[in-house]
Amino acid sequence: MTDHPTLTAPPAASEQRKPRLAVWKFASCDGCQLTLLNCEDELLHLAGEIEVAYFLEATRAVVEGPYDLSLVEGSVTTAEDAERIQQVRASSRRLVTIGACATAGGIQALRNFADVEEFRAAVYAQPEYVETLSTSTPIAAHVPVDFELRGCPIDKGQLVEVITAFVQDRKPRVTGESVCVECKRRGNICVTVAHGTPCLGPVTHTGCGALCPSYDRGCYGCFGPADTTNTVSLSGRLRELGMPQRDVRRVYSTFNTAAPAFAKESARHSEEGDGDAARGGTS
Amino acid sequence: MTHDGNGEARELVVNALARVEGEGAMTVVVRGGQVADVQLRIYEPPRFFEAFLRGRGYTEPPDITSRICGICPVAYEMSACSAIEDACGVTVPDEIRLMRRLLYCGEWIESHTLHIYLLHAPDFLGYPGAIEMAKDHRDVVERGLRLKKAGNSLMDLVGGRSVHPVNVRVGGFYRMPSRGELAALRPELERALYDALATVTMAAAFDFPDFEQDYEYLSLRTDHDYPIETGTFVTSSGRTFPVPAFGEEVTEHQVPHSHALHARLRDVGTYVVGPLARYSLNHDRLPPAAREAADAAGLRTTCRNPFRSIVVRAVEVVVACEEALRIIDGWTDGHAPAVEVTPRAGVGHGATEAPRGVLYHRYELSSDGTVLDAQIVPPTSQNQASIENDLRGFVQARLDLDTEELTRQCEQAIRNYDPCISCATHFLDLTVEEA
Repeated sequence: MTDHPTLTAPPAASEQRKPRLAVWKFASCDGCQLTLLNCEDELLHLAGEIEVAYFLEATRAVVEGPYDLSLVEGSVTTAEDAERIQQVRASSRRLVTIGACATAGGIQALRNFADVEEFRAAVYAQPEYVETLSTSTPIAAHVPVDFELRGCPIDKGQLVEVITAFVQDRKPRVTGESVCVECKRRGNICVTVAHGTPCLGPVTHTGCGALCPSYDRGCYGCFGPADTTNTVSLSGRLRELGMPQRDVRRVYSTFNTAAPAFAKESARHSEEGDGDAARGGTS
Repeated sequence: MTHDGNGEARELVVNALARVEGEGAMTVVVRGGQVADVQLRIYEPPRFFEAFLRGRGYTEPPDITSRICGICPVAYEMSACSAIEDACGVTVPDEIRLMRRLLYCGEWIESHTLHIYLLHAPDFLGYPGAIEMAKDHRDVVERGLRLKKAGNSLMDLVGGRSVHPVNVRVGGFYRMPSRGELAALRPELERALYDALATVTMAAAFDFPDFEQDYEYLSLRTDHDYPIETGTFVTSSGRTFPVPAFGEEVTEHQVPHSHALHARLRDVGTYVVGPLARYSLNHDRLPPAAREAADAAGLRTTCRNPFRSIVVRAVEVVVACEEALRIIDGWTDGHAPAVEVTPRAGVGHGATEAPRGVLYHRYELSSDGTVLDAQIVPPTSQNQASIENDLRGFVQARLDLDTEELTRQCEQAIRNYDPCISCATHFLDLTVEEA
């Protein structure tokens, strides 16, 4: 789905009632839900403005839907979850995905490029006990999504902005520019230009605050591809910096491995063997 | 509600456990006045980390495995680094070990406080959750949030961020925080220590059911401090073994009702890891304020009542605050952020004390640093069998309660372990069936 949805749905049924928030979990690490609980300064105020109607990690009290805003964490990896996301969508006026799993399939989407039967047998002695689909897919592959919040994990500030925007029925102020733009604004010295450190900043979606370059590390792509990317050019630069082709393939194949721009670039480096690739096995 | 006084069958079922990390369910079946079956079902879908780690580079497991759990990512990063450094024959200097311990203290404060205030205290005070609890106990919840935030601040500084920190690498860190940056955190951590002591006092005053259990405990132990980022294994029956022997001492096996593998200790079977185990095996290693707080809370040198784990967890928050302040106060600038780690063919083992207990990683590397094999044993899968045992005994003694109340108390008994289902999947769902 788009980062800039047109908001056309009618306002909440009753203007008196506080907006109802639901938080849903699919295949994930809980880190993006935790980001909501990590809003220590905002949490109690937020709970005054909205009704936390379904949030299993925080409360056993469950208010029946429909919900005004559903936050969905995690990807779809089981037939049961493929069914459950339909029910979540049907009971939600707005549906926002939170994080790389819900938005791009997460790191568990590495199975999409491998043999899931072999994966299951590698981890479980009795694989027949474990039900799973052969793919990990983002929520938008199953139902319409009103907004996708990127990141592995999501950024707290962006989360509060998105919730506020939906409560106020306006568009969230979250841009799709690259980490480089944020990094420049922050006044960082470019780690690639100054130190030759490989960095995915030029092709990675903003939101983290250009964290890695601030810690003398190259960006490793937690927020997935920016709205416009030139991955071919960046990969050329990574190779010039001495990164083996095998590693170029790996850097695009992490938490957003199934995001189209990254999946395509990773694939471009999978077969063109240069010795390194042949030696390193596949990701 | 039906009662079982005349031998009729009951089933307690919770299809989706609340206030635990991840997706689990519970089923308890009672027949003829006896608990016939207990299943802690972990239906959280598997994500196959151990499978897709194969073929990755030796520098990647800390970043990749941190994504197993958003609540304790530092634990994954630390165990992964230890295991890979072990495989490559590298021992990090003491300053790097101390900075890892400092980062880990942040995670202990954050994770334990999340559990104490937001997940577990509502059981003792009679609320469905902390947001509802805040209506009557706003000062308590605010203290919890403030304390939790102090842990996050520490992780934000040392790790770059609190969920999936970016500053950790095999060999150490990308950038070493400066003495000035660390000193700036001191006031918040001093306040956190004060809040942590108040948390021990609060938790100690809760009502606890009489439920002493004869557990076998397993934890790390060091010769100088409370175990967090390193150590050697010890058990309550007196066995000691080094980290690389974990695979011989502990076996994992699969049960049909769970995506978590159950772990068993050789010649013992079911065992327990986590705050109760660490505390009971390392009481003599508690720093001064934590020991004093434990004494004042009425804890003895060992604790075998799982419901009191909330008090022990609070004592461990005191430990983490004290240790963080000690490290910050002794810090000097000028240490290299990392040591070089050159790959070589071999096998490495790493174990650290995640907030929920022992987290073991094992990697086999090829000569160019490619991961050939990965094994991860998270704390909750080690505790899963013990959680089921607790429920069996707990329910059996309380069959006179109505189903709603008994189910609620069973949920509380599960939360004693702060189970992290996201971790354990290769790990939790609560159904109390009365069939």
